[in-house]
Amino acid sequence: MENFGYHTPTSVADAAKLLDANEDAKLMSGGMTLLPTLKQRLAAPSDLIDLAKVPDIKGVCRDGDEVVIGAMTTHAEVHENALVRELIPGLASLAGQIGDPAVRHRGTIGGSCANADPAADYPAGTVGLGATFVTNKRKIAADDFFVSLFETALEPGEIVVGVRFPIPVWSHYQKLRHPASGYAVVGVFVAQTKAGVRVAVTGAGPSAFRMSAMEEALAKNFSVKAIEGITVDADDLNNDIHASAAYRAHVVTVLAKRAVAAR
Amino acid sequence: MLINVNMTINGKAVSGQVEARTLLVEFIRDHQRLTGTHVGCDTTQCGCCTVHVDGKAVKSCTMLAVQASGKSVLTIEGLAAADGTLHPVQEAFREHHGLQCGFCTPGMVMVGVDICRRHPNADEHTVRLELEGNICRCTGYQGIVEAIMDASAKMAGGKA
Repeated sequence: MENFGYHTPTSVADAAKLLDANEDAKLMSGGMTLLPTLKQRLAAPSDLIDLAKVPDIKGVCRDGDEVVIGAMTTHAEVHENALVRELIPGLASLAGQIGDPAVRHRGTIGGSCANADPAADYPAGTVGLGATFVTNKRKIAADDFFVSLFETALEPGEIVVGVRFPIPVWSHYQKLRHPASGYAVVGVFVAQTKAGVRVAVTGAGPSAFRMSAMEEALAKNFSVKAIEGITVDADDLNNDIHASAAYRAHVVTVLAKRAVAAR
Repeated sequence: MLINVNMTINGKAVSGQVEARTLLVEFIRDHQRLTGTHVGCDTTQCGCCTVHVDGKAVKSCTMLAVQASGKSVLTIEGLAAADGTLHPVQEAFREHHGLQCGFCTPGMVMVGVDICRRHPNADEHTVRLELEGNICRCTGYQGIVEAIMDASAKMAGGKA
């Protein structure tokens, strides 16, 4: 990979200043996608701004009816965290299905979401739980955060510092895992929240999306039967060597049914 | 521009000057001449380069040396006791024939130690799931899984 300048700011404000001062700089959290991307020379940033030494954006705490997860919290930490396991076991389960154990020791929730890989797991969990992204500038609802393929609502100079998850009544994640990469060919997150039923899908489209037809059906009758006749339009879904759009459309309903059956 | 890095490798304080882009595995192999850690795929998939950083298994081909500065690194060379007594996971790999060509073995052993620490008395299903990030292309996984299960039981029982 090309060489770059390396910075380890010790506050979010300093990280933002470095980002503003270097147009071609990139933020790095766990580096699990960024470093392979640099190795393949798909990107060549002038500078890497490593967030590892920024305090206060790592760890899990409860704030009223929400669980707050710092952006630099690793997948392994979310998976093993007692609070997440007790209050949002569906999210703990999701985190434990990302990549492999060594990747989970490095990769972070903030990095994964900001990267917005269409086949990443966290987009389904954050959209499915109606989470809110907290940045150094504002709050962004997960529904508005994931815009398209590797594209988020984040503006230049904006840094994710944490994610706030309303504690659901119940939630569950079902995933068809690609056997080689571990990414979601399709992943479906179903949650019963105080604001209603939410069904979020990752892997199938350019970015995570909600299945409102399923949400409405499950709100009336939370059962497998309520959604088994709901088909997904394959027109806008991903079509690649791993799976056709029609196959992905079919799998969305299959996984949604499995998730509901787990209730 | 070179950057100073300082870290502990296998209990020994080491320092060096690296480019920002120098990978941790390059620092371990090329700068420190500890060639037990292997590079298989160089794409975060095969796990041959697995080492422990601050007690956690990571893939050293997907971490910069500068990211490990100030941290404690354990490689396959640091696992056995000073008198040569093998670590229980190394001993179990020998006992259960958990290797053939040996290329993936340093990574398999390092991840095995990590599995045994996190899963006392690990069952076969757990070990197979936990080996997701480590690939063997010759002898197969049977002996590797048996070795890690055996070591996990022995370490949990305090026999080792």
